[in-house]
Amino acid sequence: MTHRITVRAKGRDARAEQYLRTLKNRFPKVKLRDVAVTESYTIDAKLLSKELETLSEKLANPIIEEHSTGAVLAPKSFSAAIEIGFLPGVTDNVGHTVQEMIEDAGRELKEGEAVYTSRFLFLDGSLSEAEASEMAKEFYNPLIQRASVISAPQFKKGVPVVVPKVTLHERIAADEVNLEVTDEELQRIGKQGIENPDGTRRGPLALSLRAMHIIRDHFRALGRKPTDVELEALGQTWSEHCKHTIFADPLDEIDEGIFKRFIRGATQHIRAKKGNKDFCVSVFTDNSGGIAFDDEYLVTHKVETHNSPSALDPFGGSITAIVGVNRDCLGFGLGAKPIANVYGFCVGDPKDMTVYFRDADKTRQVLPARRILEGVVAGINAGGNQSGIPTPLGFVATDPSFDAKPLVFAGTVGLIPRKLRGKKMHEKKARPGDYVVMVGGSVGLDGVHGATFSSEGLSKDSPATAVQIGDPITQKKFSDAIVREVREKGLFNSITDNGAGGLSSSVGEMAKDSGGFVVDLEKVPLKYPGLSPWQIWISESQERMTLAVPKSKWNALKKIFDRHGVASWCIGEFTKSGKAVVRWEGKNVMDLSMDFLHDGRPVEEQKSQTISKGFPEPMPEERPRDLAQALMEMMSRPSIGSISFISQQYDHEVLAMAVTKPLQGRGRVNADSGVIQPLPHSNRGVVLAHGYAPWYSNIDTYAMAAASIDTAVRNAVATGASLGHLAILDNFCWSDSYNPTRLYELKRAAQACYDVAVAYGTPFISGKDSMFNDFRGFTESGEPIHIAALPTILISAIGVIPDVRKAVTLDLKQPGDLVYLIGETHDELGASEYFTMLWEEIRKKDKKYGHGVSIYQTIGNTVPQVDAARNLKAYRALEKTIQKGFIASAISVGRGGLGVALAKTAIAGKLGITADLRNLDLRNPNIERSDEVALFSESQGRILVSVNQKQKRAFEKTLRGVTSKLIGEATKKEVFDLTLPQNRLNIPLKSLATAYQKPFKNW
Amino acid sequence: MKKPNALIFSGYGLNCEEETKVAFEVAGAKADIVHINDLISKPSILKNYQIAAIPGGFAYGDDTGAGKAYGAKLKQHLGEEIEKFLERDTLLIAICNGFQVATSAGILPGALIANDNARYTCRWVDLKVTSNSPWLRGIKQLSVPIAHGEGKYVASKETLNKLKKEKALALTYVKGDVSKHFDLPANPNGSTLNIAGVTARNGRVIGLMPHPERATRFTHLPHWTYLKEKLVREWKKMPTDGPGIQIFKNAVQYFK
Repeated sequence: MTHRITVRAKGRDARAEQYLRTLKNRFPKVKLRDVAVTESYTIDAKLLSKELETLSEKLANPIIEEHSTGAVLAPKSFSAAIEIGFLPGVTDNVGHTVQEMIEDAGRELKEGEAVYTSRFLFLDGSLSEAEASEMAKEFYNPLIQRASVISAPQFKKGVPVVVPKVTLHERIAADEVNLEVTDEELQRIGKQGIENPDGTRRGPLALSLRAMHIIRDHFRALGRKPTDVELEALGQTWSEHCKHTIFADPLDEIDEGIFKRFIRGATQHIRAKKGNKDFCVSVFTDNSGGIAFDDEYLVTHKVETHNSPSALDPFGGSITAIVGVNRDCLGFGLGAKPIANVYGFCVGDPKDMTVYFRDADKTRQVLPARRILEGVVAGINAGGNQSGIPTPLGFVATDPSFDAKPLVFAGTVGLIPRKLRGKKMHEKKARPGDYVVMVGGSVGLDGVHGATFSSEGLSKDSPATAVQIGDPITQKKFSDAIVREVREKGLFNSITDNGAGGLSSSVGEMAKDSGGFVVDLEKVPLKYPGLSPWQIWISESQERMTLAVPKSKWNALKKIFDRHGVASWCIGEFTKSGKAVVRWEGKNVMDLSMDFLHDGRPVEEQKSQTISKGFPEPMPEERPRDLAQALMEMMSRPSIGSISFISQQYDHEVLAMAVTKPLQGRGRVNADSGVIQPLPHSNRGVVLAHGYAPWYSNIDTYAMAAASIDTAVRNAVATGASLGHLAILDNFCWSDSYNPTRLYELKRAAQACYDVAVAYGTPFISGKDSMFNDFRGFTESGEPIHIAALPTILISAIGVIPDVRKAVTLDLKQPGDLVYLIGETHDELGASEYFTMLWEEIRKKDKKYGHGVSIYQTIGNTVPQVDAARNLKAYRALEKTIQKGFIASAISVGRGGLGVALAKTAIAGKLGITADLRNLDLRNPNIERSDEVALFSESQGRILVSVNQKQKRAFEKTLRGVTSKLIGEATKKEVFDLTLPQNRLNIPLKSLATAYQKPFKNW
Repeated sequence: MKKPNALIFSGYGLNCEEETKVAFEVAGAKADIVHINDLISKPSILKNYQIAAIPGGFAYGDDTGAGKAYGAKLKQHLGEEIEKFLERDTLLIAICNGFQVATSAGILPGALIANDNARYTCRWVDLKVTSNSPWLRGIKQLSVPIAHGEGKYVASKETLNKLKKEKALALTYVKGDVSKHFDLPANPNGSTLNIAGVTARNGRVIGLMPHPERATRFTHLPHWTYLKEKLVREWKKMPTDGPGIQIFKNAVQYFK
């Protein structure tokens, strides 16, 4: 028995207008008059008519809406209707809320009863059915949703009710798998998965032939065949995604692997050197990294990527990224409270309309860059805003190498007392005898093979079940319960997130402390019946955490979760048996030694191969004649221009901790750092900043990594962070990582990480890698294509500012203030935004260069180098001047160079600038392109500051011994007046501001 | 004088209870965060409180419309108790999602629908006060942030006329300091008559979309570094308080 309630607005409906605007933009030729929206709730349960009426009244606010329990509410005239709903098994958060509303009114839903939502769009205009179908495509993603186009006459005959209920016909049992087969077959099992009875494959285990041999031999010695649960668990536990094999295994002469040598090695070196000034508390071992904040609190940070899922379903991928990394915060120590989110999107140029396909037959089109960006922006909006966590910082960077597969970064900062009831809160340990407790949501097929899938490139066989959609409210409820009550009462010994690999990973990891576990899979609650044991064990259904709970505290813990409306289940026990045991209805379906599970993986000896790259520079005739125009074009590039449309739709004020905001100054310019004040009674603050320079990898990954760290540190110091209390996180995103030249580039980047981090004394505290950001598909003309993301490292800085009232923003403050450039400028235009822009223009004019990375690209070779010793002196001096209050504004000179930084600080302050940029490059003062160098060179280590004239002498004294130059002053007249070595620029500030706002103006 | 007690609702995705608690405490009240389920199982605890606050958040993820599900829960399980609470000489404030909940539950008139830009918007606004509500005593204008997707106030003509007559259209968006500084439109969401907040019961109950609890310190202001530079050059000290704190101080003052 099903019921359908439909609800629509009585008056103007802003959302319908938004649909209309979007469609008019996308289909300018179609005559569309209007769009109307009706929400539909399909209730798959028999309700009494009174219950149905009560529910309808709750769903429609009579002041603004009307409802119907009969025919679907529709406007009087329309040409076609589109119904968009979810596919079976896809998380339907709204449906879930309606279920709760029914239950809250006293009608318990039975197993199998559920509510499903869908939305009707009514298109009014003269359009064909084909056009309506095209329009539907704009609003749904066939991997997770269904859309049906219904003509008006059809509609009047009645709209069938669709119930997207999951029905699985699989045999529910654990199968044995025969590994005594040919190597060819072993390889197939590793690559494509275990064979089903019908000949199909279950999806990649991502196990190499060597790994398959080891597993075969292990079970041969045991004298039995492995079960599918065991194989899936091993595939998941040994995956690149979970074990970070490329970073862990030997590479060339580096026996201990690049993680131990360069990343952890840097941290160890720095901590030893700092001695009693070491502020690291928990590094690399936990779900987040933790450093001291003050005597009473720690702050934690973790940044994740969610690239493969975001390519398939950008919204689902990014909402899962943010709520997932929130759990990495809750899963730090005995539960840190999330206090800030950060994000970063590396995408193709949203204006680029190049089309790609996953298959040679061109039936499965890849989402264009614009749709990917819209989706990932919306995902973090939903996840972050609904969780009530502020988002003070983020960025967008574009490059054609991010077409088809974006990089989506999401990070969460946490706060946790150092001690509670005498217990150190960053320490946790599951003890033998503790219950294995799962809290949050139930388990479905979502995310089955997520971990192994992101260890492979993105191809046509990428499984759609890898897509998940987060449910931030379920998570918010258990977050409240954990941080406010359960944690305070000390009711658990350990906690971790159920992320990649699901229970298999979380229980397996926690059990390392106790020395084993037993889990009874039939106790795990399911979203729908029919899941096989292996699927339950590795499912990545969201919003779940696993806790180790002493038996004596289980009742008290459950009671608290119940009061918060959070479900919790005891599904097993931690042991000290040395065994990882999983049972299904009393029978062992997995029985592995903990040692084999965690350490049985084969070590791969990796070898790299040297590569060096060189590119020509643009020819003189390819250089712009008008540098003013060139600067304006630079300002409106998507990697430089305003992303206020994102900053403004992400709540950065919630929790009332914001000190400096994402949009700064009258002109609202995006900042590269953010300051928050986590404790209302203390003026001490946390500084967050980011650094990234993927474009430099075109030439040299060492320079890319060095610049990324330098930029993050510089951005942090420019707003007032203490250099002595600043930590960093690394997120490596590589592509084609088994390619020896890529490994060489990886080694160089890791070496740079060590060198620069050690020079600045900024330890790595946490990191993550995503090694296969590759798209393998087909172009519109059917040619195979491999798009490999530029090797990218996002460096996220987290540090302390002793007094937030000294924080500095990037906007010029007063006319007459003096403008100084701290740091040295050199001829370093290689892979700069400027040369990249010129190359794009060349390519646009000549089709032979094609799309994407090209060996002909005229991006030059002089990629910016980092002189950390020199920069360190400058940063220390800057920190001191900020502490003394001499600095009115500071902006770090980053992508786009000095011209862009000058423009940004002026636009932000709504003040003009008169500046003299002659004689900046002291090494090389009179070369032909000195104007371009002055404006657009991306030399690292530079900060542009403004200073009250009255502080001139004191400021200069503090900066003694550091390269800094008084280059100009802020003016009331809103003009940008620059004297260059060869030319003079005179640009109205307003034109610059308009250019800056342009790239995402109508988003 | 004994500090008045403030009860702050929580649960199901409300998320501004902690900063609301801080604001009340800084203003001189004693404040407790109480989960709605705890209140439902023991409504008598409302008797211990003089002030109630439904804070901002994302109850039930705004699913089916902001405030609907939490409002329905509140009305069904606590409708009578809240009525009894308000019959006493008490104060209630409903902020942002709390305002949406309060209108859904019938505690305040009108309704809140999607912003005209159809998008969640976080920015600062300026408010003009036209009310004698005890919450707003002594305030003529103030700047505070908003952060919402459904903040456009609508009500029937009769309701609006009645509110106007009762001086219950308490807060309206105007082009003030902040909007001028950042050159932003005064009305952020297309709200009818620029309405940002309304009152009931002689001003004892107030609902508003903006967040005064996020504007309690000077360093909360979006342009404080600009103001600071100005003050420094006039040899003036940087203030500590932000404009929103007065609302909470007024509530405490009411019980003195």
